[in-house]
Amino acid sequence: MYTVCGCGAGETKIEGEGHAHEHVHADGTVHSHAHGHDHDHHHEHGAAAAAAHEHSHHHADGTVHSHPHVHQGEHVHEHAHAHGIGGDLDFGAGPARAHAPGLSQSRMVQIEQDILAKNNTYADANRRAFDERGIFALNLVSSPGSGKTTLLVKTIELLRDKVAIAVVEGDQQTSNDAERIRATGVPALQINTGKGCHLDGHMVGHAIERLKPADGSLFLIENVGNLVCPAAFDLGEHHKVAILSVTEGEDKPLKYPDMFRAADVMLLNKCDLLPHLDFDADLAEANARRVNPDLTVFRVSATRGEGMSAWVDWITAGLVAQGPGAPNRSTRSRRASPNSSGSWPPDKGMPAARQPLRRVCISAARRGRRYGANTSSGTTTSHRSHLQRAT
Amino acid sequence: MHEMSLAAGVLQLVEETAVREGAQQVKLVVLEIGRLSSVEPEALRFCFAAVTHGTIAQDAALEIIDIPGAGTCLACGATVPMTEQWGECPACGGSFLQPNAGTEMRVREIEIE
Repeated sequence: MYTVCGCGAGETKIEGEGHAHEHVHADGTVHSHAHGHDHDHHHEHGAAAAAAHEHSHHHADGTVHSHPHVHQGEHVHEHAHAHGIGGDLDFGAGPARAHAPGLSQSRMVQIEQDILAKNNTYADANRRAFDERGIFALNLVSSPGSGKTTLLVKTIELLRDKVAIAVVEGDQQTSNDAERIRATGVPALQINTGKGCHLDGHMVGHAIERLKPADGSLFLIENVGNLVCPAAFDLGEHHKVAILSVTEGEDKPLKYPDMFRAADVMLLNKCDLLPHLDFDADLAEANARRVNPDLTVFRVSATRGEGMSAWVDWITAGLVAQGPGAPNRSTRSRRASPNSSGSWPPDKGMPAARQPLRRVCISAARRGRRYGANTSSGTTTSHRSHLQRAT
Repeated sequence: MHEMSLAAGVLQLVEETAVREGAQQVKLVVLEIGRLSSVEPEALRFCFAAVTHGTIAQDAALEIIDIPGAGTCLACGATVPMTEQWGECPACGGSFLQPNAGTEMRVREIEIE
């Protein structure tokens, strides 16, 4: 999991590829610290800095946000900064800043690049490959146990007679999920990330090469069960789809806002269990929309099939939009999305999900495209006018 | 989150630049990390020290420039400070804020010799 591109991932295994690219940085000794937030102060501090800091900003539970002006000790004496303790101790020795030329060999080099630039390059290439071939790609993300694989199996069963499907399964270990997918009759490739916590654009690029998805097909990526890291890694998909099950908490979107902001769609799964639970589905949706007002929400039960038709219709509309003859296909945005409404269950008189895709409808209209009906209620209209003003 | 991958991404950019510039050693790496980026700077420091061990950037100082979060209220259009990815507009009470600053994760510059 070392490098952003995955090439240095000493333990990443793509089925059938053996250990082809297990190279570079395969130093396993520090893996176990990858996500520990309990090591906050193991780095070296110079004595002066340690004294100045006094480390009063411990994050005992790991949830507290970082101290805004943390400095490492070793550069305290080297250069001036507007903030923190550096300014008082500077002797004009800031390289390429306040430094007299010729007194030192050192120099500053501008980089100005996104840390994830490499991953994004791979992701863009994947997206181009999808777009050139009319493939509609979705990246399914959730915590472990939300029912992603069951949902995928049901989705495949509903769509496999209409469209070619290929699936990438990401897990730390085992190929159990890929085997479950293959049992449905569609090709699936398992990627084991080893100790890695997410798929990245490079791994998915390899998966595309291996799976060779058909033109106009549906490409489904089941990410590693993890509500945190996969949010940051674009795989080239057209939409991230977050799955939240009703056996989790309604406040999960607030606890893990990155994922729900990165997603375009949220599936509220296991809704058949709602009568047995103290789970407020409306509150869960409202929380998700606080983080992401654009979010489309479907309430489904993958095991019982309820609500699945709206989800499948949404995918179908996406396939149509991506397919041959679709306007602006090559310039489509990841945010461009088919319209749908996601009530669940449709036949039990439960309140329908509040009008999803409010903002998406507007952005689609801006591009001269519109999917399905956009029936508006009073609240929807007011949201839309706000959104229109903002856009 | 995923600080080890990010640290490796930083190292990749740093190594590429250092090699291109013919550097012998990287002395300082300056990052811009927004408060809404979900990067834990302390964890990133720890991971940076780990991944740079044995590389041209070993023992390089890491400076993390903190970028405050800010967003636009989708209701009233005001630009407001944000400390989380969600919040309420202090001007109108609207609960839909679109972040437009503080999501940065960038390598700004390095000092080499």
